[in-house]
Amino acid sequence: MTYATETRDLTRIFKRKPKRHLLKRKSAKKNEKENGGPVTALDHVNLTIKEGELFGLLGPNGAGKTTLIKVLCTLLLPTSGSAYVAGFDVSKEVNQIRRKINMVSGGETSGYGLLTTRENIWMFSQFYGIPSKVAKERIDELMHTFGLYDKKNVKVRTLSTGERQKMNMIRGFVTDPEILFLDEPTLGLDVNASRTIREYIMNWVRKREHKTVLLTTHYMMEAEMMCDRVAIIDRGRILALDTPANLKRMIRKESTVQLEVDTLKSTAPIGGIKGIGNFSSKDDIAHGTTNLTIIVEDESAISDIMSAITAQGSRIRSMRKTDPTLEDVFISMVGKGLEE
Amino acid sequence: MFKQAAWLGWEMDSNWTEPGLFLIYSIIKPVAGAFILVLMSFVALFIGTGNPDLGKSAMFAYLFVGNAFFIYVASVLFGCFQVIQSDREWYQTIRYVYMSPINFYTYIVGRAASKVLLATIATAVTLAFGVFALHIDLSMSLWDIPLFLAVMVIGLLCVVAIGLCLAGLSFLTAKHTHGLAEGIPGMFYLFCGVIFPLSVLPGWGQSVGRALPITYWLEAIRRLILPSSQIAQVTTGLEQRDLAGIIALLLISTAFFFLLSILLFRMTEYLARKAGIIDMTTNY
Ligand SMILES: Nc1ncnc2c1ncn2[C@@H]1O[C@H](COP(=O)(O)OP(=O)(O)O)[C@@H](O)[C@H]1O
Ligand SMILES: [Mg+2]
Repeated sequence: MTYATETRDLTRIFKRKPKRHLLKRKSAKKNEKENGGPVTALDHVNLTIKEGELFGLLGPNGAGKTTLIKVLCTLLLPTSGSAYVAGFDVSKEVNQIRRKINMVSGGETSGYGLLTTRENIWMFSQFYGIPSKVAKERIDELMHTFGLYDKKNVKVRTLSTGERQKMNMIRGFVTDPEILFLDEPTLGLDVNASRTIREYIMNWVRKREHKTVLLTTHYMMEAEMMCDRVAIIDRGRILALDTPANLKRMIRKESTVQLEVDTLKSTAPIGGIKGIGNFSSKDDIAHGTTNLTIIVEDESAISDIMSAITAQGSRIRSMRKTDPTLEDVFISMVGKGLEE
Repeated sequence: MFKQAAWLGWEMDSNWTEPGLFLIYSIIKPVAGAFILVLMSFVALFIGTGNPDLGKSAMFAYLFVGNAFFIYVASVLFGCFQVIQSDREWYQTIRYVYMSPINFYTYIVGRAASKVLLATIATAVTLAFGVFALHIDLSMSLWDIPLFLAVMVIGLLCVVAIGLCLAGLSFLTAKHTHGLAEGIPGMFYLFCGVIFPLSVLPGWGQSVGRALPITYWLEAIRRLILPSSQIAQVTTGLEQRDLAGIIALLLISTAFFFLLSILLFRMTEYLARKAGIIDMTTNY
């Protein structure tokens, strides 16, 4: 059986960080200097995704998720190693691949502003050779599902960001691809729209045979709730790959303690405590607190943690032990949270 | 798929809520552009020759026809160049078009098709103005019409081929490299005998002109639509060749540019994928 996608020692190095013109000139220059060298966006990635899977790639910003998607979508060549989609080589057999895939990337507002929503989606469907009538029926149906039907004859340039994102989601589904790549599909969407999209994706994979979705996200909950298997990625490397349940089982013998304390001057003393694994800390300036998530390997460490905090004159406002989440798995492996 | 790309191009070029605005942008602007250049040469010629009846001057007819048909070159080249730039920076759709099964090369030709149509109208308007207001003699025998149409088709293919070369290059260039979009047509303007004959150029310039298909295209058109008495008065630098020879050169150089465009496209596309800049935006 061929896999939906397969990578072998896939590595992608960028010569330099992209310039961010959004930043002020001065700081852009400084940034360039600081981050001057080459960036390894994907570092010997070996990943196979099976046909019919809803596969999640979970990692913080800059982990290499988008880069992997771009390589698989034939937009970007690997620096070394290889990648296959539906059994075809992304470097050489692009035409065979392109017929079978589609991609949607969240949090962006692409689209031909001067076309109507429906025309815009229709046009892309035509690039895939979908019979026009079939395409139009699918578009209407999808527009109903995503709550965009009343905007079907509206110019794309007048759509809100969220509406454009829904339009692009429809653009992805309308070609009925064998493999669909979704890059942070719910980024920036409101709760309701996110839920609709998540449910649609799950149904789409589960109700049809042979449909594969590779979804990237930095929302732990999204990966946990939706995906059959999840790969955790950071700095271009796959750190773990399993079902969400098995990933959490990896740290089950450990427990997670969450503390809310007065803003800590330093978290260094906590790192030195015996019996704890990795931890993450996030300052909440508005409340003058620090939120700590600590993977505790040995319960007796908890009292040491508490005294390390009070020794700084900081008050413990709350503390609870929680069931491990995928974020905890990430913290235990990387030593920082997903959104840091 | 060509059809949809052409449709998109047409929607973009014609999508003005005001038909008046549409006319101004798509037709009057290129026509006016051609006229500014005509006017400049008019003045230059007048100073040079002191001849007040320029409408009847062979030299003036020569440059007028060159300018009118150059509208094709300018607008199709710009159209091709701008496809990648606008899809990349403005609509941000390039990655979705690029990763779809449509051949990007076909896509660009499709998008430029509406430019050909609009340029045809603009050129016709310019010529009509020349004939009726400036009394330029245009004469073509009925027998020559099929040949003229054939020359037009080859010439357009040739302009599209050059446009595709430009589009290929723009895979690798950022938005501010507009120099490419203006510089290359400018080069054709200087070297292809648009506004003055090849014979005016220094030796190396003439060699450049002789290597460019636009030179032969414009020459063939002039020989077909201007009276032969006028043609004979202008030292074009191409008189040693008969019309058949000119058309043969046009065909050969057009074929060459098509091959070049395909090679360039393959190469720049590969380099852009390698560098990860297919869908780069300059972000400002
Ligand atoms: N076109 C590019 N040029 C240079 N560096 C890039 C480019 N695209 C991504 N990178 C770098 O590669 C790394 C991974 O980026 P990306 O794949 O976008 O991460 P993610 O999608 O997980 O947030 C980051 O450090 C990013 O700055
Ligand atoms: Mg990303």
